[in-house]
Amino acid sequence: MNDTKPYEPPIIQVDDFSFFYGDKQVLHNISMDFEENKVTALIGPSGCGKSTLLRNINRMNDLVPGVHHQGDIRIDGTSLYDPKVEVISLRKRVGMVFQKYNPFPKSIYENIVFPLRVAGRNSRSELDETVERSLKGAALWDEVKDKLHQSAYGLSGGQQQRLCIARAIANRPQILLMDEPCAALDPIATLKIEDLMEDLKKDLTIVIVTHNMQQATRISDKTAFLYLGNLIEYGDTAQIFTNPKEEQTEAYITGRFS
Amino acid sequence: MDKDLSLPPAPKRPIGEAKIWLTSIGLALGLIMIFGLLGIIVYNGLEAFWPKTAYAFTVQNEPEGEKTTIYGNITKDQTRHVLNAEGKQESIHEYQIFTGNKEKFGQAFRFIDVHRIVNQEELPRLMTLERLEGGKAIVDPIGIKLQNGSVLKATDSEFLSDFQRLTDEADHVRKSVHRIEKGDIGAINNKLDELQREVKIIERSYDIREVNGVSVATLKDNPIVDDIKNPIAELAKLKEQIGELHREYETYTAQVAKLREHEGKDILLYQLGNNDVQEMPLDQIVYGFMPNELGFFGKLGVFWHHFTGFILDDPREANTEGGIFPAIFGTFIMTVLMSMLVTPIGVIGAIYLREYAKQGPLVQSVRICVNNLAGVPSIVFGVFGLGFFVYYLGGSIDQLFYWKKLAVDNTPTFGTSGILWASLTLALMTLPVVIVSTEEALSAVPRGLREAALACGASKWQMIQRIILPCALPGVMTGLILAMARGAGEVAPLMVTGVVKLAPSLPIDGEGPFVHLERKFMHLGFHIYDVGFQSPDSDAAQPMVFATTLLLILLVVVMNLAAILIRNKLRKRYQASSF
Ligand SMILES: Nc1ncnc2c1ncn2[C@@H]1O[C@H](COP(=O)(O)OP(=O)(O)O)[C@@H](O)[C@H]1O
Ligand SMILES: [Mg+2]
Repeated sequence: MNDTKPYEPPIIQVDDFSFFYGDKQVLHNISMDFEENKVTALIGPSGCGKSTLLRNINRMNDLVPGVHHQGDIRIDGTSLYDPKVEVISLRKRVGMVFQKYNPFPKSIYENIVFPLRVAGRNSRSELDETVERSLKGAALWDEVKDKLHQSAYGLSGGQQQRLCIARAIANRPQILLMDEPCAALDPIATLKIEDLMEDLKKDLTIVIVTHNMQQATRISDKTAFLYLGNLIEYGDTAQIFTNPKEEQTEAYITGRFS
Repeated sequence: MDKDLSLPPAPKRPIGEAKIWLTSIGLALGLIMIFGLLGIIVYNGLEAFWPKTAYAFTVQNEPEGEKTTIYGNITKDQTRHVLNAEGKQESIHEYQIFTGNKEKFGQAFRFIDVHRIVNQEELPRLMTLERLEGGKAIVDPIGIKLQNGSVLKATDSEFLSDFQRLTDEADHVRKSVHRIEKGDIGAINNKLDELQREVKIIERSYDIREVNGVSVATLKDNPIVDDIKNPIAELAKLKEQIGELHREYETYTAQVAKLREHEGKDILLYQLGNNDVQEMPLDQIVYGFMPNELGFFGKLGVFWHHFTGFILDDPREANTEGGIFPAIFGTFIMTVLMSMLVTPIGVIGAIYLREYAKQGPLVQSVRICVNNLAGVPSIVFGVFGLGFFVYYLGGSIDQLFYWKKLAVDNTPTFGTSGILWASLTLALMTLPVVIVSTEEALSAVPRGLREAALACGASKWQMIQRIILPCALPGVMTGLILAMARGAGEVAPLMVTGVVKLAPSLPIDGEGPFVHLERKFMHLGFHIYDVGFQSPDSDAAQPMVFATTLLLILLVVVMNLAAILIRNKLRKRYQASSF
C-alpha cells in the first residue's frame, strides 16, 4: 500500500457510516477508505445502496427530505458534516457524473464553464483555457472544437456523457464520483469512457458505481462489494474477482444472484 | 394438422362507434360555432369599410301624390308581417336606407316600402361624403364655389380630382392646426398650469404687503410650504416665466390663425334630390368619393383608405365616426403593462411555492386558494383595484409625491383611476394562471439538471436562476399567453379602474416623461360597449361595433402569436433534449 507516504491519510475515509431514508436504513455501519489516484469500483445488486454511498460523498443526498445519518465521512481528514464545511465548496472539490447524461440546455462551451461561472470566475482567458483542458481531458476536444458554441443537445449520447465528464473536471476537483456512467451508452462509447478514466486517474481519485463486472475488472484498482447496505468485501480488484474471501461475493461475481 | 393462418373477420360495427360519433359531433358543433362567430365578425367588420352603391330612389307615397327623390345606400332588405285593417296578415317588403345628412333629415336611416319606389337608379355622380360633423352624407354634387368666385362644375371631368385636391389641402391644414394646438400649445398649457400652481402655493403660504414702499412677505397661518427663502423674488420670477409663456402662446395662436386664413372659403354646392341648392364648406369634408363610378380596384382603394383611417385616426363625433387608434393603443399598452407586471410577480410566487416553501398542508392550501382566485368574478377584482390600488395606493403616492397638486388644485394624480391601476388589477386577476403554469413548468424540469447544477457547486439560487428558470420559460410563456388572452378582452374591471370613453391623450406620447401611467385610457372592449350600447344612433354604430370587435380579436391574436413564437423559440433552445 502507500508505504512511501505513511503519514498521509487516505483521501476519503468512510467511518462506521449508516444512512437512513426516513425510517428505512439503507447503509449499515460502513467503514472503508478510498485511496488517492486510484479507481475504486462499487459493485452489488440493485438497491444495495451503492448510489446512496456515492451520493453521500458530495452530500447530494441532503436534497432528499427526511434523511439522516450516523458515523462520519472525511476527506483529507476533514469531516463532511463539520458545521464549518460549506456544501458548495465541498462540491467544488468533488465532481460528479450521473447515470443519465445531463448536460445543460446551453452551448458546449457554457456547459463546461458552468462550475467556474457559479464560482464567480468569468475571466475570458481562464474560461477558454478551462474549456480546452477539460475537453481534452474528456477526450472530446477533437470532436467538438469547431462547434463549441452550438447546443450541447446536438451531440450523441456518448459525447454528451463525455461532455458531462468534462464539466465535472472543469473546476479541477480532487475526486470524481461516477454513478454508472456508461449505463445509458453503447459499447463503443463505453470503451471510450473507460479509456478516459485510465488517463483521469493520474490527477483524480475516482469512485465509480458499476453494474458491469467486466468493466470493474478492466478499470478499477480496488473493488467494494455491497449487499443489502452492508460492505461485504473490499480489496484489490484482482483479488476480489479471482479469489473472493466471502461466499456472497463469489456468488455475486459468478452471477448466481442479481 | 393445418393451422388456420387467416385473420379473424373484422367486426361489422366496431364497438363504441356510436360514442366516437358523439365526440366528433361535439367537436363539429364547437367548431361550427367558433367559425360561425368568427365568420360573422370578419365579414361584418370588413364590410363596414367597403364602399356601398349609392342609389337615387324616386318614391311615391300616395297613389296620385307627389314624387320625392332621396339618395342613399341600401343597408337592409327585409320583409315584415303586419295585420292589416281587416285583421289579415300582410307582408311588407321594405328597404332600410342610409341617407346620411342627419342634421337635414333628423335621422340618418329610414325605411321605405319597396312598392312605393317608382324608380331606383345608380346615378353615377352621387357622392358619399364623410364630414367632420353630422356623420356621412350622400349627395348629388353641383359644383364647387371657389374663394375667387369661380365655380368648378360637377359635370367637368376634372371635378373629382379637384375635389380631392381641395379636401386634401383642407385636411392638411387641419392636421397642422391640430399638431400645433395639441403639441405646442398643449405643452405650453401644461407648463403654465405648473407655474400657476407654484404661484398659488406662494400666494397661499405668504402674505405679501407693501410696508413703507417695500414689499414684505409674512408666513400665513396655514401655509402649504414654509421653506421658501425669498418668496417675493420667487413670485416675480414665476410671473416673468408665465409672461414669457404667454408670449410664446401668442405666436402659436398667430400661426394657427394664419393657417386658418383660407379655411372655409371653398364651398361645395349640392342638392339632395329636390333641386334646392345646398352649401357646405369644403373643410367640413374629411373624405369624399363617388361609389358608383368606382371599379373593383377603385373600391379596394376606398376600402383601404377607410381601413387604415379606422386604425390610425382618432375618433370623432362621440366615437361613432373616425378611427379607433387610441383604443388600439390603449389596449396594447395595457396588455403589455399587465404582462410586465404579472410575469415577475407570478414567477417569483411560483418559485417560492415550488422551490423554497416547505411542501405541506399549508403550502397546499395556499396553492388551492391561488387556483380559486381564477374563479372570482372580474368585477370583484375591479372593485378591489379601485379600493386598494386607486384610493389607497394611489392616494398614498399623491400624498407623498404629488401633494402640491393635491393641495392647490385638489386634483389627484395617481389617486384616481388610470392605466397603471387598471393593468395592476388585471395582473392580479391573471396571476393565478401564471403561477399555476409556472409551477407546472418548474416541476417539469428534469431532476437530472438540478442535480447536475448542484454537483457543479451551484447554490440553490444559482441553480434556479441559471438552469431551472430558463428551462421553465416556455411554461411561463404559456401562462402569460393564457393571461393575455383573458386580460386583453376583459372590460368590467377596467370600467372602475381607468378606462374612459374618450381619453384626451395617450398613455405614451412625445411629451414630458413620455410614459404617463397615471392617465386614463381607451380600450377596444370598452369601446365596443360604448359605441354599441351607449350611443344614440345604434344603426349607425353597428358597423363600428363589428369593425372594433374584429380589431380586438386581431390584436389579441397578434399578441398571442408573438408570444407563441417566442415560446417556440425558447422551447427549441431549452427543451430539445431527450430526457
Ligand atoms: N430518495 C429515496 N427515498 C427513499 N428511499 C430511497 C431513495 N433513494 C434510494 N432509496 C432506497 O435506498 C436503497 C438503496 O438505493 P440505491 O442507493 O439507489 O441503490 P443502488 O444504487 O445500489 O441500486 C433502495 O432500497 C432504494 O429503494
Ligand atoms: Mg444506483
